[in-house]
Amino acid sequence: MIGFGTVGQGIASVLMRKDLGLTITAIADSRSGLMRDDGVDLAGVLERKRGGFVVGDVGISPMDVVKRGEYDLLVEVSPTNIQTAEPAATFIREAISRGKHVVSSNKGPIALHLKELRRAALSHGVQLRYEATVCGAIPIMHVLEEGLRGNSVKSLHGVLNGTSNFILTRMAEEGLTYDQALAEAREMGVAEADPTYDVKGIDAAIKLVILSNTIWETDLRLEDVVVTGIDQITPDAIRLSEDEDATIRLIAEAIPERGICRVTPRLIPRNHPLVVNGTLNAITLTTDLAGALTFVGKGAGSIETASAVIGDILHIKERYARGA
Amino acid sequence: MVQVSMKLEMSDTPGQLVRALKPVSDTGGNIIAVIHQREERREKKDIISVQIVVELPEGRLEELLARMRDQGVSIQRLGTQRLLHRRSLIMIGHIMHTDLTDTVDRIDKTGFAEVSELEMIMPAISEPSSARITIRATSAESMDRAVEVLREVAREKDILVIEPLGEES
Ligand SMILES: NC(=O)c1ccc[n+]([C@@H]2O[C@H](COP(=O)([O-])OP(=O)(O)OC[C@H]3O[C@@H](n4cnc5c(N)ncnc54)[C@H](OP(=O)(O)O)[C@@H]3O)[C@@H](O)[C@H]2O)c1
Repeated sequence: MIGFGTVGQGIASVLMRKDLGLTITAIADSRSGLMRDDGVDLAGVLERKRGGFVVGDVGISPMDVVKRGEYDLLVEVSPTNIQTAEPAATFIREAISRGKHVVSSNKGPIALHLKELRRAALSHGVQLRYEATVCGAIPIMHVLEEGLRGNSVKSLHGVLNGTSNFILTRMAEEGLTYDQALAEAREMGVAEADPTYDVKGIDAAIKLVILSNTIWETDLRLEDVVVTGIDQITPDAIRLSEDEDATIRLIAEAIPERGICRVTPRLIPRNHPLVVNGTLNAITLTTDLAGALTFVGKGAGSIETASAVIGDILHIKERYARGA
Repeated sequence: MVQVSMKLEMSDTPGQLVRALKPVSDTGGNIIAVIHQREERREKKDIISVQIVVELPEGRLEELLARMRDQGVSIQRLGTQRLLHRRSLIMIGHIMHTDLTDTVDRIDKTGFAEVSELEMIMPAISEPSSARITIRATSAESMDRAVEVLREVAREKDILVIEPLGEES
């Protein structure tokens, strides 16, 4: 496992309390690495990390772990870099070339290099899964590949960014200004110190790129998405929309047939299934056979994201593990 | 107001159409369109078939139909729909100081759409104001074209337009 922050620690704590038949043989954070072929002592590592120490030996780099570690599957949960996708993309490429499966929660490599990484995985006979990159706990990738087999997806609409949805919810509920709601989000740990990616719609656009490229096997890039953020929304605008029994939400929308791919604040009826409160995420798929389906769930969080990562790991274990 | 379209049949005698349509104004309605379909039913001689679209105050439809029947009109088909197409959007920006009259005019000038309502909230000077603009148009396509006009104007004037979800035709 590369990265031992919110998500990595969430995975570790789940593996400690549930026997899922998984063993973590190596862990790295930004400055150290730890390799134990018979399984890392998770309780010890968690305690060290929570105490402010590194997870392992500073003489071992994350790349050493990827290159030399003994493992079947790489869990890549290091920070997202949306400009370069590094160093995660290199970790993933390296693991694939060693014939290791990869599960990632990292939007960078998936948004920027999905096609290339998929091709590499295919040619090395390994799996690449990334459920946790979009909509946190909602198993949307599993739904797409299994539950909706035989369907053609016509359109996708989603609330893909919890931070901006929280801000808009609070503006509507309390009549707060954008700045007040953002301050509250920061206080509650819902918004980062630099919330630019969230409030400008970029994070949602990245997720829309990942979803679109997965569903329609396109080669869409972030620049192809029309993006407008929520930072200009006024409480007055929300009040005016309420006179129409509507509210304002940041909606990611892809309708390939009509060339639509955008993330924009939209006027939306208050009883619309995509109007979810707080940091929740929601996604509606319209398909030819199943019609419209909406999924709602937690978009982030340590254990919630771990749920998505673990779902991917077990999916691979059950279908592709040696001896399975 | 509701918009009602109906298909009528009546005898092909002089003055019959005028008599048949008189109940529309008697019940407070307006005729939006009359389409003759003389060709359609040649086998029934002396009968004309007319498709009309009227705009009617709520709750007057039954009365209109009864009055038409009294004039010897046979009502073949009936459909109600909302009066014209209506769409509300939100605008945020310096709406007033970027010539609001012009913004509205640009839509009204299209001929197929008009701004029917505008509610604006202006906070302190120099703060952006917010407005809800309601456009009515003759058809779904006209509505899309009208919204495109608004988008263009908004781009020029650096106004944010928030469009409703899922109402495009
Ligand atoms: N948090 C969520 O709810 C959530 C949800 C969905 C997806 N994600 C994605 O999941 C990934 C992890 O998120 P997170 O919230 O767990 O982040 P985080 O709390 O910031 O943790 C990141 C971890 O990666 C380590 N790291 C940093 N640079 C590294 C490098 N060059 N090589 C190896 N490890 C490195 C950090 O090391 P140090 O401990 O030494 O700093 C830390 O342990 C991100 O890509 C994020 O976008 C997160």
